[in-house]
Amino acid sequence: MIVRISGEGQFDVPDGHLDELNRLDDDLTKAVDSGDDAQFTSALEALLVSVRTAGAELPADWIGPSDLVLPSPDSTIHEVREVLGDEGLIPG
Amino acid sequence: MGLMRRFSNIFKAKASKTLDKYEDPRETLDYSYERTLEMLQKMRRAVADVATSRKRIELQAQQLQRSAAKLEGQAKQAVSQDREDLAREALTRRQAIASQLTDLQAQHDQLKSEEARMVEASQRLQAKVDSFRIRKETMKANYTAAEAQTKVNEAISGIGEEMGDVGLAMQRAEDKVAQMQARSGALDELMASGALDDASMSSDRLQAELDRGFAEPAVEAELSRLKGELTGGSTTAKQLDAPADDAEAPAEAPAPAPAKAEAPVEEERR
Repeated sequence: MIVRISGEGQFDVPDGHLDELNRLDDDLTKAVDSGDDAQFTSALEALLVSVRTAGAELPADWIGPSDLVLPSPDSTIHEVREVLGDEGLIPG
Repeated sequence: MGLMRRFSNIFKAKASKTLDKYEDPRETLDYSYERTLEMLQKMRRAVADVATSRKRIELQAQQLQRSAAKLEGQAKQAVSQDREDLAREALTRRQAIASQLTDLQAQHDQLKSEEARMVEASQRLQAKVDSFRIRKETMKANYTAAEAQTKVNEAISGIGEEMGDVGLAMQRAEDKVAQMQARSGALDELMASGALDDASMSSDRLQAELDRGFAEPAVEAELSRLKGELTGGSTTAKQLDAPADDAEAPAEAPAPAPAKAEAPVEEERR
């Protein structure tokens, strides 16, 4: 499974790691729903650390699409909302 | 749906829109390559913009540091003149400058990390551009319809994704630069107006008062010298007039006067 960390690069993460990512993603989703910036930052950091640790960074000249794309480490809730755009935080 | 998947889906949908698709995938490869080169150029300009913005902040900080040093000197000068009010004034302004400097430092750090990130991103993009150039030629040479379905599409969406990512980084940097420029502009105006080193009076007036503090003793000295010259002059005049006015002052009388005064005495004695 290829995971891109926005602004950082792409990682090849073993498929077996997906459950762990989903669990961390739940925390991140809760943080965004609550609108708590500090909680969001730490939840995002936990998710990204997990990707970096479990995955192997792909070389810069590797070209291919990702299965997952994650926000960059210093993203704010505001910036993530901007990417999500009109869909808002809770999809209809 | 979790945030991770939604973010991924939207990101990828947006990224795929960054590239137009042609009927012949080989054309799409060429087009994608051209767009990637354009993106690299834009990215380099964006890096230069961030660097310019950072340098501007550095210049402003230097200017503020000079102002702070000047105010420090003025405060010392004021203390040496026992002008606590002026010293307080100078130190208050120096405080305002110090807090502006702290702000600038934070902005500077932010721009520096933004710059570093963008340099890294453009290096990644450069590596992909080089690798894509070779790959697309190979793909075009060995082109088959089956490949068009898989490998070509993969390469194209991979490059599209990278462009989307770089585009996002550039947008963020541009926003930050715009914010900084607005703040830098405001700070420039503030510094030009003298409002920053001015709590209640202009910086020139603070200096003028201090100069007056130094000048006043000198002026006083000059004044008393002049007074001394003038009063000294009138005394001499009195001395000269003395014999006519007061002939009976024997000690102070000039030489000829006693002769005149003695004459009648001698006449009386005779």
